Amino acid sequence: MIEIKNLCKTFGKTEALKNLTLSISDGQVYGLIGPNGAGKTTAMSILATLLPADSGTALVNGLDVSAQPMQVRKIIGYMPDFFGVYDGLTTWEYLSFFASAYYIPENKHDRLINDLLELVNLQDKADSFVDNLSRGMKQRLALARCLVHDPQVLILDEPASGLDPRARAEVKEIIRQLKSMGKTVLISSHILPELAEICDQVGILENGRLVAGGSVAEIINGNQSTRVINVEVDQRLEEMLQFLSTCSGVVRVDRKGSGARLIFRGERRAQSALLKELIEQGYPVLQFAEQTGSLEDAFMAVTGEGKDK
Amino acid sequence: MIIANPVLLKEMRQRFRGIKAPLILFIYLMVLGGFILGYMYLIRDRLLSFDPSESMGIFAMLSVLQLILLAFVTPGLTASTISGERERQTLNVLLTTELKPAGIVISKMISSCAFTLLLLIAALPLYSVILIYGGISPTQLWGVFAFYLVTMFLFGAVGMACSTFFQRASISTITSYGIMAFLGAGTAFLAAFINDAARDDAVYPQPEVIPFSVQFLQDINPVLVLAHILGGGPAFGPEADWILPYWAVYALFYLGVGVLLLVWSGYRLNPLRKK
Ligand SMILES: Nc1ncnc2c1ncn2[C@@H]1O[C@H](COP(=O)(O)OP(=O)(O)OP(=O)(O)O)[C@@H](O)[C@H]1O
Ligand SMILES: [Mg+2]
Repeated sequence: MIEIKNLCKTFGKTEALKNLTLSISDGQVYGLIGPNGAGKTTAMSILATLLPADSGTALVNGLDVSAQPMQVRKIIGYMPDFFGVYDGLTTWEYLSFFASAYYIPENKHDRLINDLLELVNLQDKADSFVDNLSRGMKQRLALARCLVHDPQVLILDEPASGLDPRARAEVKEIIRQLKSMGKTVLISSHILPELAEICDQVGILENGRLVAGGSVAEIINGNQSTRVINVEVDQRLEEMLQFLSTCSGVVRVDRKGSGARLIFRGERRAQSALLKELIEQGYPVLQFAEQTGSLEDAFMAVTGEGKDK
Repeated sequence: MIIANPVLLKEMRQRFRGIKAPLILFIYLMVLGGFILGYMYLIRDRLLSFDPSESMGIFAMLSVLQLILLAFVTPGLTASTISGERERQTLNVLLTTELKPAGIVISKMISSCAFTLLLLIAALPLYSVILIYGGISPTQLWGVFAFYLVTMFLFGAVGMACSTFFQRASISTITSYGIMAFLGAGTAFLAAFINDAARDDAVYPQPEVIPFSVQFLQDINPVLVLAHILGGGPAFGPEADWILPYWAVYALFYLGVGVLLLVWSGYRLNPLRKK
């Protein structure tokens, strides 16, 4: 259970978080999506008790991160976006060190570490030096490290960044397993499709504000007032592009192949009114379709909207 | 100690594994041993006559040399502990564990000092060579050894404080060496300067009395204190009739400031500290 209320954080003149409010219920996987500099890492660092917030509250299982950091640390597993490993330690020793750092008795380490290595599929690397592991292996090792103390809540900052598709799929699989273990997971990424399959809820962060939130399906089409519409015409394309940009509800128009891609904001009725208008103007409309299923576009739509303001 | 354990074990593993630790030890002993043997070779004729003052000379030189090495090695080890983790991006993860910042600082301090202590103990046999020639009492030898322990503590704590304060390990190391230079040479120059100025002022006309600051500065200068322990007497003015003898002032100051620096380091390391 994570509850963030009116969280603010500024670095000098940069407002990294502006009144961020979100809540994640137990056992959910929540995806935090946003372009570079949106404030994802900032929000996660505050939750991980590594950064004091300027104002607002952040609760993890009802514990305030600034008032009871030690208790919070016991129940969270944090994986930063960038991290290093110690040299001169083997994988086994590395995990054993962190197990001790959570005061797990020495005699339990063997079993614990074997289980963890099995979970992240690194059994055969137990005696390899951690600094010799590949990037993907380090990433999986870091996931195992987050889990040594069996935390209820996981905060994973871009756990799949910089990995090849196969390794990315492996990370996803691990997160799916964590979900089946009943953990609450907060995960960030700047690629929406990456999270779509594994998240119950997604929030889109833009300039420190949550600009959209809900289930993945809701974000893609559903009740969102912002939609992506593809319009195709036989001729008079340029003219139509010009015309569309003057219509009400149209946030942005881009040329796409022989047609236009517009980002439209408004009710569905307004959408049909727009089509009617196009036909009345005599444009030979071949296709007027709301684009569904493309997360990338939905992401562009929502964040683009934020930028235009 | 229990709080300090995991980090301590890990640091020890990293520090004593591999070629680096034995290499430093080897070089350290080579520098000290080479120096002693070279010097003994130069004065070999005089050594045959068993002149105790000669062996006192070697003893003094060895001690000063070891002090200089200590000033390089100890802060060199501690100054990169925290800042090194920060640079390698391992610190944040460490701080989200149940380890307390103070525990991390203490463990890293202990592991660094353990290594320095190993160097000091490994160098002890070299002293035995001098003891054979006489002129030095074992008490004097232990006095010097205790002096090293106290000095090592502050040197290590200075490096530790720099390491928590500065983001970069290189800047942290350079700054702590700068502080070493101030303690070793700066304080003596300052003492000499103030002493000279005071004489001109004629506030302290009689040579038996020296200003408080001069007394204090010479009591915290490791080189002057070592010379004093070796029987050289105080550098400025006569033996002072302070409440405490010079070595007690030195020990109290070094241990006290060392503890303060470590407490401050633990405070600095807390990511949620009040600004
Ligand atoms: N330590 C800092 N000092 C100054 N500014 C910072 C600091 N950390 C973050 N910022 C600023 O806060 C804003 C949000 O940064 P943050 O790292 O949270 O973004 P992000 O969403 O994680 O981006 P990315 O996708 O690139 O990881 C940025 O404008 C950044 O420049
Ligand atoms: Mg980030």
